[in-house]
Amino acid sequence: MDFTYTILIPLIPLAIFLLLGINYNKIKPAVSGVIGSLGLFTSLSLSYYTAYQYYFVVGKVDGVYQTFVQKWRWMSFTDTLSIDMGVLIDQISVMMLIVVTTISFVVHLYSRGYMKGDPGYTKFFAFLSLFTFSMLGLVMATNLFQIYIFWELVGVSSFLLIGYYYTKPSAVAAAKKAFIVTRFADLGFLIGILIIGYYVGTFDFMELTSLEGAAITNWASTSFMGLSVITWALILMFMGGAGKSAMFPLHIWLPDAMEGPTPVSALIHAATMVVAGVYLVARLFPMYFFVEDGFALNIVAWVGAISALIAAIIALTQTDIKRVLAFSTMSQIGYMMLALGVSSYEGHDGLGYMASMFHLFTHAMFKALLFLGAGSIIHAVHSNYLQDMGGLRKYLPITHITFLIAALSISGVPGFAGFFSKDEILVAAYEHNKIIYFISVFVAGLTAFYMFRLYFGIFWGKDKTYEHLPHESPKSMTIPLMILAFMSIATGYIHFSEYVTADHQSFEAHLNYPLAAIAVSVGLVGIIIAYIFYKKPSGLPDKVAASFGNLYKWAFHKFYIDEVYMFITKEIIFKRISTPFAWFDKKVVDKSMDLVGDSIVTTSEKIKGLQSGKVQDYAFAFIAGGVVLAMVFIYNWII
Amino acid sequence: MDILSLFVIVPAITIFVLVFAKNLKQSRLIALGGMFIQFLMSLNLVYAYFKERQVNSDIMVFVKDTVWFEHFNIHYSVGADGISVAMIVMSSIVVLAGVFISWKMEELPKEFFISLIVLASGVFGFFISTDLFTMFVFYEIAVIPMYLLIGIWGTGPKEYSAMKLTLMLMGASALLLVGILGIYFNSGAEGGALTFNIFEIAKVNIPVEAQKLFFPITFIGFAVLGAMFPFHTWSPDGHASAPTAVSMLHAGVLMKLGGYGVFRIAMYLLPEGAIIWSDFFIVLAVIGVFYGALAAVKQTDLKYINAYSSVSHLGMVLFALLMLNKTSWNGAILQSLSHGFMTALFFALIGMIYGRTHTRDVTKLGGLLKVIPFISVMYVIAGLASLGLPGFSGFMAEMQIFVGAFQHEDMFHRVATIITVSAIVVTAVYVLRAVGLMLMGPIKNSEFEDLPKATWYEKTGVILLLIPIIFMGVTPIWLSDMIRESVQPFIERML
Repeated sequence: MDFTYTILIPLIPLAIFLLLGINYNKIKPAVSGVIGSLGLFTSLSLSYYTAYQYYFVVGKVDGVYQTFVQKWRWMSFTDTLSIDMGVLIDQISVMMLIVVTTISFVVHLYSRGYMKGDPGYTKFFAFLSLFTFSMLGLVMATNLFQIYIFWELVGVSSFLLIGYYYTKPSAVAAAKKAFIVTRFADLGFLIGILIIGYYVGTFDFMELTSLEGAAITNWASTSFMGLSVITWALILMFMGGAGKSAMFPLHIWLPDAMEGPTPVSALIHAATMVVAGVYLVARLFPMYFFVEDGFALNIVAWVGAISALIAAIIALTQTDIKRVLAFSTMSQIGYMMLALGVSSYEGHDGLGYMASMFHLFTHAMFKALLFLGAGSIIHAVHSNYLQDMGGLRKYLPITHITFLIAALSISGVPGFAGFFSKDEILVAAYEHNKIIYFISVFVAGLTAFYMFRLYFGIFWGKDKTYEHLPHESPKSMTIPLMILAFMSIATGYIHFSEYVTADHQSFEAHLNYPLAAIAVSVGLVGIIIAYIFYKKPSGLPDKVAASFGNLYKWAFHKFYIDEVYMFITKEIIFKRISTPFAWFDKKVVDKSMDLVGDSIVTTSEKIKGLQSGKVQDYAFAFIAGGVVLAMVFIYNWII
Repeated sequence: MDILSLFVIVPAITIFVLVFAKNLKQSRLIALGGMFIQFLMSLNLVYAYFKERQVNSDIMVFVKDTVWFEHFNIHYSVGADGISVAMIVMSSIVVLAGVFISWKMEELPKEFFISLIVLASGVFGFFISTDLFTMFVFYEIAVIPMYLLIGIWGTGPKEYSAMKLTLMLMGASALLLVGILGIYFNSGAEGGALTFNIFEIAKVNIPVEAQKLFFPITFIGFAVLGAMFPFHTWSPDGHASAPTAVSMLHAGVLMKLGGYGVFRIAMYLLPEGAIIWSDFFIVLAVIGVFYGALAAVKQTDLKYINAYSSVSHLGMVLFALLMLNKTSWNGAILQSLSHGFMTALFFALIGMIYGRTHTRDVTKLGGLLKVIPFISVMYVIAGLASLGLPGFSGFMAEMQIFVGAFQHEDMFHRVATIITVSAIVVTAVYVLRAVGLMLMGPIKNSEFEDLPKATWYEKTGVILLLIPIIFMGVTPIWLSDMIRESVQPFIERML
């Protein structure tokens, strides 16, 4: 089977980006929305066709899923090292194609309603296409450098879309912050790539993850500070992944990124770009697992677990609906990371890997739904803040039901997609690391609580005084919600262990009833507390918050992590390093150069008789010089 | 007439015709005509070069040699390899764009274009020459008009800046002359005649003692022009005072002579000196890269931001050259080319913004995206290219440098490399800071709510510069392979 045609999947959005971007003031908004959506629909169809071909027709040979690679030389470094561009078709890349095109398509549909009347409508669709192109290029990358290239491109698309409302200072600041923080993380990624290039001698994923490859068999050959250099490279690359996936402590850009239009938050900052870090670890999973007995993988697990916990705690206290969802995203990605972190390679031991990918898949659906639902709510009440919302179930019936489905799904209530994927993660954690398991269960309870805090606060409780009566969003927005609501239930019933596994072979995964029962009851407790607290307005939440005292305050201020960064960048780097540098340049380096100049001036003062300023004198000197030169030439010529 | 000498002759003819021009209209048409021919010739040169390469595997092709001053064995000799071809194409595009950007040069237009083209002819002459002395002459031809161009058509403290720039560059050329003479008088070390011809000298092994002495002199002579720390201070002041087209040409092309000279002369002719001194200069280059970037973070004047950014980017060129291997050298040349286009684009856009708002202070500007969308979008693109975004020229050049630099396994080179790589984060900070303050956010001054949109000649100039940036960034393999191939004979001297 030739999968070369899959190159069209990213190229179609690129073509649309160029078309809309170059003619952004000529194309009518309505037309650009249609062009964007149709183009993406083509990519979507191709992706589903590819998935069908891969999973059901040609992908599996003798029970092992194959990898198909098609690549072209893009630039050479040395005789052996080069950057290739191409497409790689395997279990996870095809799965990601489905995720990216599905969510992107739904978001395109939704944006046609949500962005209606916006002066930058065409520009918005151009940026959406640019992002989709970059993300698709990222998931189909054949080598580390290609993934890095598209990694940067999704970063810049994210920058452009967060700063979409560019006249708003907070949006500009958020866009800058997102780019610079992830760029800092990418520095680690890049150095990791350079290390791999030098010590392993290839950037190619197939060679790197091959069990007979140099990276996995020969990792111990060079070490640095007690660890293999390959382990260092993996840790550094994970730093890049942690930056993109908003893992602690590089998560600070994600809440601010909510300044972007809500469909963007759904697409980039919930479903696709932010899981790039998870995807990267999954892509290199054999390296993480085999090199130095999984030293780097252990770090992944702990970073994931800590992020999941911290984000869930912060989410409890936030009052901006989008920020609650942002921290919830961070927490869920933490789940995916920890699942990868506790996974092994073969058969049923690779459950964590499968669970992580499964959760990535279901999470994309229900989190995109939550964001789009939030967009619909914000559209209706013109505010992001919970205190401005209440009793909305009467006005927004479709949004209400779909939001409820998503909330039940993320809370892990049986029957919904989130239940199945989260259960697998908990089983994997339980089998490999009990502490991480307990953290995960605790986070599951917190998740249920903060989600239903949102749900009851928004849709139940008392009506707030609305300027004009909220009304349900147009069909262009509610239909995408319904599609995603369906997905948020249905995707749970896919037998993921059949299709996506660490060792490319299917295995049987069953529900673990005792563990599921524990998780579900913890989730239900969370929901019940939320019910008691927020179903009817009461003073209870404030009292409880007060009883937590400083812990509540710290969580509310996101543990002051932003302030720490601000201190480091503003106070230390900007004021203590950059400013003195600029001063040093002006006053010391430059002054010493001026001093040289001044001394020349002083000298020349003494001999300035020569420089009389009279044209005649200069003319004389000029002619005299010319005569002398001519004489030299003539002399030379004669001799 | 041989294909290379035309690159000096066409500007000379243009200058001659310009003398008879009566007003702005005529001057700019003549200048445009001349430089457009130059541009077409450079495209033709690429074609001719690839054709010639298939049959000719010498280091230099299109070689021509005429005795100029026999007594000292000075020749006018020309030749080109992939590197000089690329440099010539880059220069011709930047000069042409510069003419477009100076379309409305009201003040002494004739004299302005003459000086500009004199500068350009010096640059072209430098790139085609293979004789040390001729190269030096062309170098001087390129540097002298700077004084007039800044002193007469500049802004702000122009006399001071012009004087500073000229004095420092003159000081550098004095060093350079010493270096060149040092090489010349050692070129007979193995019994042959003294010669200025680079490739004749390369056949001789200059005594190590002499290399050790003359390498730093020659290196610094060129590196001042390449804005090496701590000899970079002429550059920010000089750029800030220079008129737009001069900044473009100067930062885009003239400063490239530094790196090019280091590569062609200092390292090729004094390889052992280079190896001995490389560690010392790496320290300076790394400081330059990081220091330039950090200093740019603090600046508020757009031209200063870009000038310090140039210090950082060109520091990377020197850094790459000092890494002494094929990949990093390839990166150094690519970075020179890429920076040439990028910085010219930046200065062109800054000139347009300044021309409309009469300020270059980023804290006073704001929200320009809404008012002058074309210029602003281009500025964003230039900024993204400058911070090394894939898809633009800077990325591929930097990656060549980093991968090349990583070939050294010892701690010193590793640390130097990692510091240099880290500068890309700082680059992002100052680029986005300028973009955020100036282009985004609310409009801070009501006078700026209605500014004239970009004109056709401004757009032409900008797009001329943008095309190669994107071309290099999207399909790097052709250019990169052409340069790799040409670097090969030079790197062999190092091994």
